[in-house]
Amino acid sequence: MIDRSGPPLVEMRDIRVAFGGVHAVDGVTIDLYPGEVVGLVGGNGAGKTTLIRTLSGAHPADSGEIFINGDPVTIQTPLDAKNLGIETIYQTLALADNIDAPGNVFLGREITTRLGNLDYTAMEDATRRLMSRLNPKFQAFVAPVSSLSGGQRQSVAIARAVHFNARILIMDEPTAALGPAETKQVRDLIRQLRQEGLGIFLISHDIHDVYDLADRISVMLQGRLVGTVNRDDVTVDEVLAMIILGKQPGEVTQKDIAELHEGGPVGV
Amino acid sequence: MTETELSATGRAEEAAAPGRPGLERRTFRSILRSAEIDARMAGMLAALAIIWVVFQIITPGNTFLTPRNLWNLTVQTSVVAIMATGMVLIIVSRNIDLSVGATMAAVGMVMGAVQHDLLPSLIGFDHPLTWIIALAIGLVLGAAIGAFQGAIVAYVGVPSFIVTLGGFLVWRGVAWWVASGQTIAPMDTSFRRLGGGSTGTIGGTWSWVVGVLACVGLIALQVLRRRQRAKYGFHLRPLWAEVAIGTVGTAAILFTIGFLNRYYLPPRLVEARGAPPGSNIPLGLAIPVLIALGVAIVMTYIATRRRFGRYVYGIGGNPEAAELAGIKTKRTIVKTFALMGLLVGLAAAVQIARLNAAVSSLGTGMELNVIAAAVIGGTSFTGGIGTIAGAVLGALVMQSLVSGMVLMGIEAPLQDIVVGIVLVLAVTLDTIVRRRAAT
Repeated sequence: MIDRSGPPLVEMRDIRVAFGGVHAVDGVTIDLYPGEVVGLVGGNGAGKTTLIRTLSGAHPADSGEIFINGDPVTIQTPLDAKNLGIETIYQTLALADNIDAPGNVFLGREITTRLGNLDYTAMEDATRRLMSRLNPKFQAFVAPVSSLSGGQRQSVAIARAVHFNARILIMDEPTAALGPAETKQVRDLIRQLRQEGLGIFLISHDIHDVYDLADRISVMLQGRLVGTVNRDDVTVDEVLAMIILGKQPGEVTQKDIAELHEGGPVGV
Repeated sequence: MTETELSATGRAEEAAAPGRPGLERRTFRSILRSAEIDARMAGMLAALAIIWVVFQIITPGNTFLTPRNLWNLTVQTSVVAIMATGMVLIIVSRNIDLSVGATMAAVGMVMGAVQHDLLPSLIGFDHPLTWIIALAIGLVLGAAIGAFQGAIVAYVGVPSFIVTLGGFLVWRGVAWWVASGQTIAPMDTSFRRLGGGSTGTIGGTWSWVVGVLACVGLIALQVLRRRQRAKYGFHLRPLWAEVAIGTVGTAAILFTIGFLNRYYLPPRLVEARGAPPGSNIPLGLAIPVLIALGVAIVMTYIATRRRFGRYVYGIGGNPEAAELAGIKTKRTIVKTFALMGLLVGLAAAVQIARLNAAVSSLGTGMELNVIAAAVIGGTSFTGGIGTIAGAVLGALVMQSLVSGMVLMGIEAPLQDIVVGIVLVLAVTLDTIVRRRAAT
């Protein structure tokens, strides 16, 4: 069970981000405990990615506070986030295509010899060990990552995130570009990392992905938080109603749910 | 690692490699691949060899492949080669520097004025420290100009094309201003050695020393790399390939030294040195050539073994990813421009030493030669791709074409036409090969 007696691993309080006059994130508060997966869902433009980018240091928040283990922190750059043990797997993967897998895993945090030279063999060795755990079939250690398949590239991005003993992992659409086998692999990995006590924010379009993996689900709509629910207390339909209609689980009527299903396959 | 895993590695790498239609090509490529020889580099060396052989056949009196001509070729290539190594990093990081010719003029004029007008009145005429003071001022000034332009590019966000186009005009004007357009000559005696010429060479014996050191270095690098990989139990380059590369490499180095050492001092200078008339005294490697080789080695080290180099390639491959990886991208860009400026300062010193004069028209049009050398050498404008060695080879290819055409008595306009066509052709070939490799 998840221990929620101590301070949360991450607490983001009243975060606001505006682009021009548009409030992309408008006063959102969410938290995350060790060993927990919190799914962050919402339609296109709901503000999920923008919210999470303030935690990963990719874009600073206009206002609001972030606490790690109860301590207030300032995150202005990706380096700030990494120093706090926050690692991010971006939807775009953020790989340098011209560089090989070990180079990408260690980009910005290269292993060097005492003289400050890049230690290629040590980096390749570490990457091989890492991959033998994450994706044993992965063997492309010398080719630029541009020549790798989508799943292999995903493995590189994940390896980079987990190598540096992250406490907090942000996964933005980790399975969007993957086939069924690779998706299963990523799901297994998420469960394994949760076992190891990491806190994971999982952003996904795929409500079933989130419903299967998350302990709690936070729903965003038009930059605001609709609510955060325990996964065990709600049905998929109730989550859908939150995403699309912005209604709390108690407020949803049978009519609402019927309407949701009438619209055909729901595009969330 | 077990046996089966090793072979699996080999297969995966093969599968990731470019498609290969013909059977013959396949065997040739697979030889290259199992020897881990860069196919692009091998191709460029082959192209260079073809150019040389063709010129040897078609030049009147077959004068291309003579010690004298190749010796001159090495000296003529060095100035462009020095700057092309810096341009590689600039272009790899998705920028461009159009100001290198003009910067060269401005820095050259200042170095000329310092040693011709300023230092003689301070420390005396032909003082032994003159050359190093003038050179140091040139290097610092060049780096400062580069850093200034780089800061505008990185921190203000003005495209480098525009910033350095401005620099192209500004620094040329500054060069004129330093001496109101007058030529500054002659240069300091010891400074002149930087440009080669009869006093700027290291002689036959030292050339052999350099050659042997280069061979030792090559083999030491091979052994070190092999040991390091063996320590981690990684796949090793087959021993036959290792031996072949070592043998061919050392043979090529020693043959080159031996060949160039057959270029002798002209009789008039032999007598001036007090040697018996008719004796053959080799000039040996020219100092600018040694400078260019040293620069190429140091720049290769920076580009491939240092974090800075890795960041430059990371930024070129994916600027956003580099930023998200925590790389200080702006600072890195400023450094690439400062480094470029430093190399321009060095090239300016070589150039004014060679001419024995500083003129405000120094390096006119040189930016295009430098960019062309980098691009012919495989540097891609899409960013993230390019090697220092390729750029040096590119400079050598271009200079070989010019040198051969001069020997044939072809007029300058036609030379430009040929070089222009070769530039486009080289990049076209490269694009086609890359596209094939991608599918």
